[in-house]
Amino acid sequence: MSSERSRAGITPSQTVGPFFHFSLLKEDYSRLVGSDHPSAIRIEGTVYDGTGEVVPDAMLEIWQANSAGRYAHPEDSREGLSLEEGFSGFGRCGTDSEGRFTFITIKPGPVPGPEGKMQAPHILVSVFARGLLKRLTTRIYFPEEEEANSEDPVLALIEDPEMKKTLIAHPIEGGYRFDVHLQGESQTAFFDV
Amino acid sequence: MAQQTRNIAGGYRREGSEIHPPYLYPDYKGTRLRAPKKPLIIVPHTLSELTGPLFGHTGIGPLDNDLTRQHEGEPLGERIIVHGRVMDEDGRPVRNSLIEIWQANAAGRYAHKGDQHPAPLDPNFSGAGRCMTDDEGYYRFITIKPGAYPWGNHPNAWRPAHIHFSLFGPAFATRLVTQMYFPGDPLFYQDPIFQSVRDPKAQKRLISTFDLETTVPEWALAFRFDIVLRGRDATPFERPHA
Ligand SMILES: [Fe+3]
Repeated sequence: MSSERSRAGITPSQTVGPFFHFSLLKEDYSRLVGSDHPSAIRIEGTVYDGTGEVVPDAMLEIWQANSAGRYAHPEDSREGLSLEEGFSGFGRCGTDSEGRFTFITIKPGPVPGPEGKMQAPHILVSVFARGLLKRLTTRIYFPEEEEANSEDPVLALIEDPEMKKTLIAHPIEGGYRFDVHLQGESQTAFFDV
Repeated sequence: MAQQTRNIAGGYRREGSEIHPPYLYPDYKGTRLRAPKKPLIIVPHTLSELTGPLFGHTGIGPLDNDLTRQHEGEPLGERIIVHGRVMDEDGRPVRNSLIEIWQANAAGRYAHKGDQHPAPLDPNFSGAGRCMTDDEGYYRFITIKPGAYPWGNHPNAWRPAHIHFSLFGPAFATRLVTQMYFPGDPLFYQDPIFQSVRDPKAQKRLISTFDLETTVPEWALAFRFDIVLRGRDATPFERPHA
């Protein structure tokens, strides 16, 4: 019988600090598909701190299913849904001097949630920065998916409607805008994953 | 509600996560305007959290784990081997998983335009490395021992020597960014980033151990840094442990 006692303690998180760029961003992972992909979308936004100042030294990572709603990972064994050659579902982008990030990707399909319910199309986000002793995680949902969003089991966990709105991206030319507010009145909804 | 979603069979364990530092740790000034103040929403582990980025061996060069051989000449400083094993809480190896590291040079200076510390840059040292864990979860880097460096957090603030580590593990839920420290560093007591981990036993897990056995005579000292990622709750489908 494996007991609590035999379990090893996990390694604690520490901040990414201000000087990660030359390692973590040595390669550009911000384009999950080529801009010429027929269904390429742009997701851009700005990261703000508690006083509304932009955060120029943050890094965002995204994780998503493909357009069929399939994750490129062995845990997702639904072979009826096709994988897309060359689409990993992972992206990474640092913020620039204006606190801005941009991803080129495709819109994910719906994926299964708890108790056989489907989740609305969404993209998982991790935020790293100096001053964040551990990552923050959030989700990007899509504004045109009103019905699916209203039935999404994770969005349903957020009681405050204003906070819920922080997870819905805004339509812009060629894609969506999704700003991240780390702190303050308009703080983004963050998850304890 | 929160209680209900605390443990989903087959999800990753939440017990033990309280050893991570808090978001707001005022001694570390950078947290004051960046820590969220509204409570986090506990999310069940759906397929989205149970999957995560996989990296093939493609794209990782044979010298990416040797930070002393990325330039024409050898970097200055104390050559060291940093190695260890990545496991989950139950001692299972985390296999074929990407580790990325970055660090200051021997003088305590990063090859980053934002680093204003008036210490010399080393043209033979960039300070970035990466590798995949092997089938047993082992990894190995060759590098030079980073120097301590000053920062503006409080009067006469110095970061203890450290190497930054970034790990993915098998799922979105297991992502970890941390720092490895060196045994016996006199700067721990005044470093709010190290001290943000409150549990002394958890603090100790951030400190590598001197490893005489792996030290290569006449060539390099060795330090061992084992990393433990969160484990998975048993699924109903899993055979009970013997
Ligand atoms: Fe550092």
